[in-house]
Amino acid sequence: MSEIKLERIDDNRLLLPQTGKMKVPGIIYANEKIYQLLKGDESAKQVANVAQLPGIVNYSLAMPDVHWGYGFPIGGVAAFDLEEGIVSPGGVGYDINCGCRLIATNLSFVDVKDRISDLTTALYQHIPSGVGSTGSVKLSGKDEKKVLEEGAKWAVKAGFGLTEDLEATEDSGAMAGADPEQVSARALERGKQQLGTLGSGNHFLEIEVVQDIFDEAAVQAFGLRKGQIVIMIHSGSRGLGYQICDDYLALMVKHMQETKIELPDRQLACAYLNTTRGRNYLAAMACGANYAWANRQLLMHHTREIFEKTLRMAPRELGMRLVYDVCHNIAKIENFKIQGKMKKLCVHRKGATRAFPAGHDALPARYKSVGQPVLIPGDMGSGSYVLVGQEKAMEETFGSACHGAGRVMSRTQATKVSQGRSISRELADQGVLVMASSKGTLREEMPEAYKNLQDVVQVMHESGIAKKVARLKAVACIKG
Amino acid sequence: MKSYKLLNHTADIGIKVWGKTKKEALANTVEAMFDLLTDSNNISVVQTKQRTISGADIADTLINLLREALYMFHAQAWLCKKCEILELSAKKLVARFSGEPYDAKKHQLKMEIKAVTYHTLKIERVDKGWRARVIFDV
Repeated sequence: MSEIKLERIDDNRLLLPQTGKMKVPGIIYANEKIYQLLKGDESAKQVANVAQLPGIVNYSLAMPDVHWGYGFPIGGVAAFDLEEGIVSPGGVGYDINCGCRLIATNLSFVDVKDRISDLTTALYQHIPSGVGSTGSVKLSGKDEKKVLEEGAKWAVKAGFGLTEDLEATEDSGAMAGADPEQVSARALERGKQQLGTLGSGNHFLEIEVVQDIFDEAAVQAFGLRKGQIVIMIHSGSRGLGYQICDDYLALMVKHMQETKIELPDRQLACAYLNTTRGRNYLAAMACGANYAWANRQLLMHHTREIFEKTLRMAPRELGMRLVYDVCHNIAKIENFKIQGKMKKLCVHRKGATRAFPAGHDALPARYKSVGQPVLIPGDMGSGSYVLVGQEKAMEETFGSACHGAGRVMSRTQATKVSQGRSISRELADQGVLVMASSKGTLREEMPEAYKNLQDVVQVMHESGIAKKVARLKAVACIKG
Repeated sequence: MKSYKLLNHTADIGIKVWGKTKKEALANTVEAMFDLLTDSNNISVVQTKQRTISGADIADTLINLLREALYMFHAQAWLCKKCEILELSAKKLVARFSGEPYDAKKHQLKMEIKAVTYHTLKIERVDKGWRARVIFDV
């Protein structure tokens, strides 16, 4: 962050003043501790780069888990005017609708602590994970297009879940405007065999225990209680999503000259929202989002089956119900009050979670009075947080909050630092059983490679964007 | 595969690749990408494939070359050991890829590369030849 000067607004926010070609200023949510970690990377420059894009509204934002990405920073939020603004595939990311799904159960940790190992082994054996894994469902061309149009609704219709799961999914698990005709043959090919797979890298399935409670009313509404076993799934749209992003990025770079948009980084390639190219990307992106929702729905269905079989319990007894499913890599057309007037904007959330407050139309009836559950997965071992969206998010961050801890160490650094250590043993000593198909992934994803999740969440809590509801401790983790 | 170095990037993985000529630097970038996926010493040359690649300029053409090679792995489960650039102009090239189909028993995968990015992409003349710099989303 050599040439960029940041000014402190308050304990939790930094201002990146509007200079040069920036069209708006930037705001980074960071306390002093997080700011010190940011100094080593290029994320503030990336916030400034996003501020140069046409039609950007109010601010180029970064959440406290911000880190150096490519093009947009990870943890970046930016909203664009529908007439003068753009949509950028790189502002959504390759893993379209990468997101989290939290499942509650009737189980208590004290009752099943001796079965965690059996459950983890069964989950690891039956949930496809790792590089190049293929799913249990092989889609025909016709079915794949239905998945792209209907998302999690297709999965429930096909017998992979319950109608009530859809109510607890952002957009009911199906984003409007999806058009499979805008998805390339290559993307369709990659999507055929990967439905119901976890993936690799930072994706995971964790068994967690509700450890601390911060907000009684919200905890009750979300159906959580202390000592309860819950399951967190973190996955996305797999190869299909990566290919959609890549196809449109290539197309937009190809037509960059005719768009006459000056870009500080090609990875920011974009198209105006009111053009065919911009609309086609959004229609293809919605297909990727729907594939991801169907994917997480299948992963949840398999998890239910595995719990039933391993513990020999009936579905009613287990009570595995979806608390919420929320995405953190997406562009969405949403309404916000801008200078006193309601306006439709295209909000890019790249590594940022939607965090709508109580009363918002998009919330299911049972969460209307408390607000939307905001699911924040941590790194391996540190567990996760459940927050709840607040009105302040609508005023300041286009209804968005952080999405995780955020890396501080590169993968190569983490691999180096962890030389000669057994990461799985270290985690086992902390009470976390880890099964991963690649030791390399374990090293790259070691806890020290990430910021402290508590610090990140505290910034959101103190700034009033999203309030802490519960802290979940990991007891078992499956990784690719 | 010794003509490349890993770059430190917080979220992703980058490589710096050298070649005596521009053609060689481009070809080495493809070989380096496959070495990130799996130890390329274990890839044999059984088949060859030829592709014509174009782009907005040389940098974009390099990204499109890597995209094409990565697609061979993702969709056709095919690994490339050796890449040669047969023809090269400002916005177009012809590449020959030599390698074999992926075999889980023989090739251990080291990581998943989601995509090739344009971020801080460079292809430039250096002292003793050419150097390319690419960051992958992993």
